[in-house]
Amino acid sequence: MIFNRYRRGLFITSFLAAPVILYLVYVISPYIQAFYIAMTDWRGVTATPRFIGLDNFERLLGDGTFWKAVSHNGALLLLLPLITIVIALFFAFLLNVGGPQGVTGIRGSKFYRVVFFFPQVLAVAVVAVLFQQVFRPDGSGMLNGPLMALGLPPIGFLSDPDVAFWSVLGVMVWQAVGFYVVLFSAGLASIPRDMFEAAQIDGAGRLSLFFRITLPLLWDTVQVAWVYLGILALDVFAIVWVMTDQHGGPDFSTTVMAAEIYRNAFQYFRFGYASALGVVMFFFTVGFAILSLRLSRRERIEY
Amino acid sequence: MTTMISWTAANSRKLARQERRRRLGPLGVLTHLALLLWTLLTVVPILWTFLASVKSEDEIFGDAWSMPAALRWDNFARAWEQAHIGQYMLNSVIVVSFSTFGTMLIGSMAAYVLARYPFRGNRAIYLLFVSGLAFPVYLALTPLFFVVQNMGNVPVVGPFIGLNTHAGLVLVYIAYSMPFTVFFLSAFFRTLPRAVGEAAMVDGASHTRVFFQIMLPMARPGIISITIFNILGQWNQYQLPLVLLQERDKWVLTQGIADISTAAGYDQDWSALFAALTLAILPMLVVYTVFQRQIQSGLTSGALK
Repeated sequence: MIFNRYRRGLFITSFLAAPVILYLVYVISPYIQAFYIAMTDWRGVTATPRFIGLDNFERLLGDGTFWKAVSHNGALLLLLPLITIVIALFFAFLLNVGGPQGVTGIRGSKFYRVVFFFPQVLAVAVVAVLFQQVFRPDGSGMLNGPLMALGLPPIGFLSDPDVAFWSVLGVMVWQAVGFYVVLFSAGLASIPRDMFEAAQIDGAGRLSLFFRITLPLLWDTVQVAWVYLGILALDVFAIVWVMTDQHGGPDFSTTVMAAEIYRNAFQYFRFGYASALGVVMFFFTVGFAILSLRLSRRERIEY
Repeated sequence: MTTMISWTAANSRKLARQERRRRLGPLGVLTHLALLLWTLLTVVPILWTFLASVKSEDEIFGDAWSMPAALRWDNFARAWEQAHIGQYMLNSVIVVSFSTFGTMLIGSMAAYVLARYPFRGNRAIYLLFVSGLAFPVYLALTPLFFVVQNMGNVPVVGPFIGLNTHAGLVLVYIAYSMPFTVFFLSAFFRTLPRAVGEAAMVDGASHTRVFFQIMLPMARPGIISITIFNILGQWNQYQLPLVLLQERDKWVLTQGIADISTAAGYDQDWSALFAALTLAILPMLVVYTVFQRQIQSGLTSGALK
């Protein structure tokens, strides 16, 4: 008996040792160190970081560029989930319930689902370079070519500070929609067909089918999507860093928190200050996660 | 009698369907139009890139929609050799095969123990792993850089796991894949029946053997889903290698592609850029099309857990 308990303990320890050590060394310890580094004036050149308390945080309050970045993350946090979910719900509905009988999938729905999902399997860095070319400012750009052929002035998708942010948002939506079409389709597939049939026999049209049946029954999945897209909006880095001019430009019009952290840490070598920005980002992200968990606990609809 | 009833039921159902179809009819065209529009939006930029990859330099700077006069396959040779896409792709394959294997091995071990063996501290360790889901990686970047740098000074193994080493990146990938892998798999292990494992224990199998020969095979669907999830996530990772691999010959594919647009500006070789993009995109689309059912369910079931 004692031997058995000993064996069990040995087993647990041996299975947990590697993952826990790896996780503590590479994940937990950097996060803890970051909170301390945030309170130092550590730069690449100084050998010994000096403790300066909350000075970095005081400084970042007046850092216009960083708050510009925060405002872009904020705008993405509102717009990216909203636009993506609306488009994805629309297509998922058409693909699954939009068929001629109103309750079946449309013809070729499998084909559409496969194609819509394409962008999701591409690396963000690859998508960024791809759209750099699509958005070229002259007649050689995929979008500006036809515009100029029609005699319209070219649009500076990435060079006009008023437009660049919307280009970033557009590309993010472009890449995300397919995933959520598939996600919502999976959700829809688990709703019994009779629901839709019954509603239709009672004379429900497409609109009320969508708003009265689909949306309420899919609400849980929509909330999951909202949280995922929200995190995506707060975490965005590669698309901005690779696609836009001057990594977040022109004139910081597309920069985001992650880009400013990376810029400060690995281009200006202000390790202390970059970590302070990271701490702020940490609280925004964790705050969003907690808030969405709080808000999303509604009663489930049983069926 | 019963056949009679079912016949009339089927018939009236058909009538009802026809009536419904009439009501919903004109929308059908619009539906297809909307779907077609998004299909074009998705496919055209990718096809346009493929087309540009066989154009000459002048054609790329000319009208965006002109057809190439001749197919320049040599663009691909230049992308592969001079732009080192071949090297970067090989690096990515090496890193991701080891990191995904390692992630799945130790991730499933941790998940299994945490899901099935109650002991003091179990919950705390589980929460430690899962809390990583909400942390933004950008906060950890600076200290992580120095952690990996210091790893380079560890005696014996140091030179293999420091900065600019693939093994170092593999370890970091494994560590940062733990939260989701443990979260997902321990939920999965909890749903598996206990009886089979207990019977094997009675027959004298060790804990380790029960895990590798009974529980792991039973958890196959979950393992496959999360493997796909990790392969894609690690293959597409850009942020971590950007910080940890600064020597060009160590770069992974995403770094190579991200840098190539800068390089194309210097070398005046934009056709190689498009060829490189095609080389990065095409294999992913082929693999995805072959395994699309598994990939779609793998990624979305992860989200729904």
